[in-house]
Amino acid sequence: MTNDECKKVVLEIIAEIAPDEDLSDVNPDVALREQLDLDSMDFLDIVMELRKKHGIEVPEADYGELASLGSCAAYLTPKFNALV
Amino acid sequence: MELSRIVITGVGLTAPNGTNLSEFRNNLLKGVAGISRIEMRYMGEALAGVCDFDPLKYQRRKELRVGTRAGSISIYCSREAVEDSGIAFEALDKDRVGIYVGITEHGNVETENEIYNISQFDYDTKFWTHHHNPRTVANNPAGEASLNLKVTGPAYTIGAACAAGNLGLVHALQMLQLGEVDFAIAGGVSESIHTFGIFAGFKSQGALAEHEDPNKASRPFDLARNGIVVSEGGALYTLERLEDAQARGAKVYGEIVGYHVNSDATDYVLPNPERQAQCMRAALKKANLEPKDIHIVNTHATATPMGDIQECDAIKQVFADCPETYVNNTKGFIGHAMGAAGALELAGNLPSFEDNVVHPTINIDELDPKCQIPNLVVNEPIEAKRVDAILNNSFGMLGINSALIVKRFSD
Repeated sequence: MTNDECKKVVLEIIAEIAPDEDLSDVNPDVALREQLDLDSMDFLDIVMELRKKHGIEVPEADYGELASLGSCAAYLTPKFNALV
Repeated sequence: MELSRIVITGVGLTAPNGTNLSEFRNNLLKGVAGISRIEMRYMGEALAGVCDFDPLKYQRRKELRVGTRAGSISIYCSREAVEDSGIAFEALDKDRVGIYVGITEHGNVETENEIYNISQFDYDTKFWTHHHNPRTVANNPAGEASLNLKVTGPAYTIGAACAAGNLGLVHALQMLQLGEVDFAIAGGVSESIHTFGIFAGFKSQGALAEHEDPNKASRPFDLARNGIVVSEGGALYTLERLEDAQARGAKVYGEIVGYHVNSDATDYVLPNPERQAQCMRAALKKANLEPKDIHIVNTHATATPMGDIQECDAIKQVFADCPETYVNNTKGFIGHAMGAAGALELAGNLPSFEDNVVHPTINIDELDPKCQIPNLVVNEPIEAKRVDAILNNSFGMLGINSALIVKRFSD
């Protein structure tokens, strides 16, 4: 999986948990919470969906890695690649 | 101490046969029921009253995903009631607004959903949602409405089995009279059709209705009745002290002049007609009315074989010689809306103050002789000489009884 493919997966999850948001122009270098109406419960939903859909665990100490789309991709891509 | 008079100034509702008072009332007068067959987890098909209000009218899709069906029903009904009341809600001091929502139960739906969810993951609880607790706390349906309406006054639920719709109104009346709030949103809601447990429980009890035609399944007082049709729904009202309503020139639907709540203390499920009669009499006393002053008694009867007979016995005791007192029932149209039942059924009768028409009890093909009560309005509406007062019965499991009396408003 590439970083871009990983971003797509994350955006698909966000589209599900924040269905009112326009995700067509998310800046990968800016915190998601600064661009989208996401709260702490929504980030827990992202963690849960990664677990449910993809079998990926994000330990609580690493939640900060999910701050932006770019940091999500940097953190999660190796985890996705480690699955296969 | 002279207590303020409390009046109804707005109505918001969703029923299986109507998403506002006008539609609901028209269908009650035209004999249009709203029961359908739905797929029930683990059980196959089940009969239920399903509401088709548009939750996106007042909520975003994310709120629907995070919240509960009961929360959505509360929000819809609250916002519709506030709109109907005509009050300048934005300008109200939200610290002085109370939300009191009657519920039969809450949390069954969400807990069942989560157990089903983790069953897909070999019951590993790490897949249990973090939304579980805010969804299942007992105040959820009122709390979601407080979030949506930005109400910062007291917002909570009143758990009272199927008497809860009346109790929401009773509690709001008391809080207004005590001066705890200046404006109240109150009544009852139910999301019970989304929990298989309620259906399976009634089925095991031999109290779940079945009929090949869904709209004929709920048949209170009929000889062939065979149980309850469970429904979702809600009815929330805006209540105000009369002086406040008059000061702003509000439309007044009616005045709550009496109520009573008591307990059977005899059985978990079987009603007690002596206590029901006592409850109605006590409400009449508080209202300073005689039985003959009541022109509509809306029954709670749910179409269980015994429950209907018990309530008829109670009504015969209280309204023995009342030629102008008509008796009706709403559940033939909408099924049993549980925590919403009392509030919804009152709403169906409130327009009688304007048109003097009493909506019928439908699906009575052969009246059970044990349910023969004078002036039962059967299958077709009746035009009464006048409708000045309605007594609304609402009873529930564990023997909770409530009777609420609303009078045509007269200054």
